Amino acid sequence: MATQHSRSAARLMMAPAVILLLGWMLVPLTMTLFFSFKKYLPLRGDSLGNGLDWVGFENYVRFVSASSFWPSVMTTLLIVGGVLVITVVLGIFLAILLDQPMWGQGIVRILVIAPFFVMPTVSALVWKNLFMDPGNGFLAHVYRFFGATPVEWLSQASLQSIIMIVSWQWLPFATLILLTAIQSLDSEQLEAAEMDGAPIPSRFIYIVLPHLARAITIVILIQTIFLLSIFAEIFVTTGGAFGTRTLTYLIYQRVLESQNVGLGSAGGVYAIILANIVAIFLMRIVGKNLDA
Amino acid sequence: MGRIQLKQVKKSFGEVTVIPPLDLEINDGEFVVFVGPSGCGKSTLLRLIAGLEDVSGGVIEIDGSDATSIPPAKRGLAMVFQSYALYPHMTVRKNIAFPLRMAKISTEEQEKRISNAAEVLNLTPYLDRRPGQLSGGQRQRVAIGRAIVREPAAFLFDEPLSNLDAALRVGMRLEISELHKRLKTTMIYVTHDQVEAMTMADKIVVLQAGVIEQVGSPLELYHTPRNLFVAGFIGSPKMNLIGGAEAEKHNAHTIGVRPEHIEVSDHEGPWRGTVGVSEHLGSDTFFHINGTGLADALTVRASGEVGLNRGDTIFLTPQADKIHRFDQQGLRIG
Repeated sequence: MATQHSRSAARLMMAPAVILLLGWMLVPLTMTLFFSFKKYLPLRGDSLGNGLDWVGFENYVRFVSASSFWPSVMTTLLIVGGVLVITVVLGIFLAILLDQPMWGQGIVRILVIAPFFVMPTVSALVWKNLFMDPGNGFLAHVYRFFGATPVEWLSQASLQSIIMIVSWQWLPFATLILLTAIQSLDSEQLEAAEMDGAPIPSRFIYIVLPHLARAITIVILIQTIFLLSIFAEIFVTTGGAFGTRTLTYLIYQRVLESQNVGLGSAGGVYAIILANIVAIFLMRIVGKNLDA
Repeated sequence: MGRIQLKQVKKSFGEVTVIPPLDLEINDGEFVVFVGPSGCGKSTLLRLIAGLEDVSGGVIEIDGSDATSIPPAKRGLAMVFQSYALYPHMTVRKNIAFPLRMAKISTEEQEKRISNAAEVLNLTPYLDRRPGQLSGGQRQRVAIGRAIVREPAAFLFDEPLSNLDAALRVGMRLEISELHKRLKTTMIYVTHDQVEAMTMADKIVVLQAGVIEQVGSPLELYHTPRNLFVAGFIGSPKMNLIGGAEAEKHNAHTIGVRPEHIEVSDHEGPWRGTVGVSEHLGSDTFFHINGTGLADALTVRASGEVGLNRGDTIFLTPQADKIHRFDQQGLRIG
């Protein structure tokens, strides 16, 4: 297979895919970089046709020095961190539960996976209107039933609410991956641990958790990639108000609400940097689980 | 101490009875082998003793006290699994230390027992490796090490050698036997390989469909099999079983003659047949003989090389005092 000839043929045949992918990534990236150094306010008559003014690092400085920048970074990290913790912990719990033999296992598993198929916009709307609405929401009714004052979820506990909605969406993903990992655990290992005198909690800590390490790593890495860029859930619930403005949302506001493409592009570059910092940290902490 | 008694122990999974009520006594320090074809319930029986399965009825006594409802960890038994069941994310040292850690034994004592076990099993150079970096035989020894350090009342082995290659199996067989001689602890060993059973056991328990067919020393089983099943199962190659007129001459329904108890000649003997396949092992030659009119095929063993080839006529003489006789129910006569 690996002759000189077949290798060059393989390269030739892969070329279209590689070029397409590179183009797909490189063109937007270069354009973002390009715009981030330009003054580009479409409503003030700036356009590519008229030529854009070079402003150096002015956009970058303005983006960072805005009072909303650091809170947005914090919000982003809080949402990502919160959702990761909730989905991994509950995911392990649910995976263990679903691994137990029970009646109607197949249907239960499909139901558990279901939230993942609901579009983010839809699920956020469902949560906002059916669950969290302070007047008619399900949760409000529950509160009133017990004689408590309903919480105005999206304004009083806005960040928590968003974390809850996003966790609900991503829990199936975590559960599914962790469930397959648990199913691959050799039952003789658990029996050996049982014979060795390990009670159930010790068996979980010393046998099950280490076995799940790699799956947990994969869940964390993949979810982080998607969670850094959540948008729809914020857009349809709080619209970025009440301290739920993430970096992604801030960029959206700069580009589309303030119509400042240059400033938004600079924010986009910051978002790339933030994602890379998070990635480096994650790889340091959990990346070694992927070896061997 | 490790005296284990099973009294009317029974196991069924739902409707299916795997082990009908069964009595068995295992004395302290004995090497007992459960042997039988796959699916005969020997592993289930071991797991019942270990406590990994609950009995459906009956009593398991360890050292005279009822252990039926004691959880596995408290029974003082150690088990070596077929898949070794090592903890892949722990080093060999931590694997062996695990039961000690669970028993909250002091660190010095742990160290002492681990280095002892490592020395006995030649594992000292590998203590800081992970199971994934060890060969099959080494993993097996780690699994045994993990069992030894607990200083259990009895060891339970569940087909421990079936994942090893033939040469290694012979070596480990010897090592386990030596270990037993040194520790003098009760060992219960499950296998489907009758060679392992014959070479290692003090006492063999032959099982079929959850029923004990015979209990006895290897040579007892070899010389006086209680029924046709044991006769066919113990010994390699299998005993020749002959029915019909030839058996009636001996006042039996079936007679059995082991391949090594038939003399081979190229010119005289009461039985006559043609040589089929012959297996030359150097020290022995096994002939499969067709057309005797006694059974479909007979197997005979001749010492060394015999100048007989495929298609040659062969004459056989069974040794009169080595003929086993069985009645209609397949039970031994005399």
